[in-house]
Amino acid sequence: MGVEITLRADGRGYRIEVDPRTTLLDALREHLGIYGPKKGCDHGQCGACTILLDGMRVNSCLALAVAHDGAEITTAEGLAAGGELHPMQRSFIARDAFQCGYCTPGQILSAVGMVNEAQAGWPSQVTGDAADGEVPLTDEEISERMSGNLCRCGAYANIVPAIREAAEAGRFW
Amino acid sequence: MKTFRYDRAGDISGAIATLAKERTGVFLAGGTNLVDLMKLGVMQPDVLVDVRRLTSTEIQDLPDGGLRIGAAVTNSELAADRRVRSRYPVLSQAVLAGASGQLRNLATTGGNLLQRTRCVYFYDTTTPCNKREPDTGCSALEGFNFGHAIFGASRHCVATHPSDMAVAMTALDAVVRIQGPGGERELPITELHRLPGHEPQRDTTLEHAELITAVDLPPPGFASNSRYRKVRERASYAFALVSVAAALHVRDDVVRDARIALGGVAHKPWRARRAEDALRGQPAVEESFRAAAQAELEDAAPLRENAYKVTLAGNVMTRMLLDLSVS
Repeated sequence: MGVEITLRADGRGYRIEVDPRTTLLDALREHLGIYGPKKGCDHGQCGACTILLDGMRVNSCLALAVAHDGAEITTAEGLAAGGELHPMQRSFIARDAFQCGYCTPGQILSAVGMVNEAQAGWPSQVTGDAADGEVPLTDEEISERMSGNLCRCGAYANIVPAIREAAEAGRFW
Repeated sequence: MKTFRYDRAGDISGAIATLAKERTGVFLAGGTNLVDLMKLGVMQPDVLVDVRRLTSTEIQDLPDGGLRIGAAVTNSELAADRRVRSRYPVLSQAVLAGASGQLRNLATTGGNLLQRTRCVYFYDTTTPCNKREPDTGCSALEGFNFGHAIFGASRHCVATHPSDMAVAMTALDAVVRIQGPGGERELPITELHRLPGHEPQRDTTLEHAELITAVDLPPPGFASNSRYRKVRERASYAFALVSVAAALHVRDDVVRDARIALGGVAHKPWRARRAEDALRGQPAVEESFRAAAQAELEDAAPLRENAYKVTLAGNVMTRMLLDLSVS
């Protein structure tokens, strides 16, 4: 008993029929052939499946596709519009911010969403209550805000500066 | 995952009417806990009635000076709201102490209140668990109970409620607005969650097909002097071993009033009324804070592996009150 839904992923529109049990992660990978989002834990614990859903970073493994009919999705593939890498992607390469690469698309999407959140003035656990306006992305802020993305290779020491430098480079997205 | 029918009603009344007819159905909001539980086979609803787009996504000012938080307000939006951060800092801090950025973007206010325990035996369908399958026994009682309850447990269940947000709301005397087949009602949040007793399968006092539509915060009073502190096994992205939400009103070095709630210690957010009573009228010094914490912890009943929670809760409460007394 499939349900017909529409999705817009990485700038392209799709109309697909899905079993109601299908998550956005499985819809992207199995129905649309978009393999950037990875199935790590499939339980919302590792962040490898992170996408931007209507502009917000989320775990695509915990979102049912039927509940997000009409959604606009961005994956790592969509960040590199026109074949040119996104500044966050370039920064990860420049800083060697990965080893095996499995968590990397999720790290990068999470980082892009996270920088947007900080620029919008959203606090984190380590931001003071009195802070107003854009939150400066110190290493402490970046580590806290990226805690939903695990890297089993332990590339954090390079992921944090990669994100900091991309964020410092300006408002490019 | 077991198959289910997905239903998106046009409005709240329709959603309630649909679910009222489906005894084995549940509401779906952000899905961050429910979808996971369905993947694991812990929950196997036949019908999901999607309410995420039906309840309010707004935080409104109330005429009395309080705030009304729509049930579909995401955890991220709630924590970032300027009014919440300045008038009820304990709530913003509690929300930000929970989950990850990605999860907070999906998770809703109503759903956060209704998330299920993280007891490992509840999640492991190969082990007995009275909450998952009534009358099979409690594996945690004599098993791995490092993270379990020290207050209000029963021999049927020693699980804890996992929400941080709910602990802050409990300290703030929030009121939960509910709509159901029988109409609308309001419920103090302290009466939403229940102790396990002999029915640990029931987390809350909600009846089937009752929907949380909003949470009201009363006028802040002294809540602007409030904090949340969470102790866990890593610095971020872990559930609480013990957490404390507190607001303190001190004038002329005397405690006039206090609101304290504990997380990670019971089947529900634990309102520390004994500690509050012990504090009123006392000098705002460490000895008073320590004595108040002790008054609350007198009835603690730790299990084999979690006696540390009694000491920890006492220390975190004392330190929290000290910090609040000088801020």
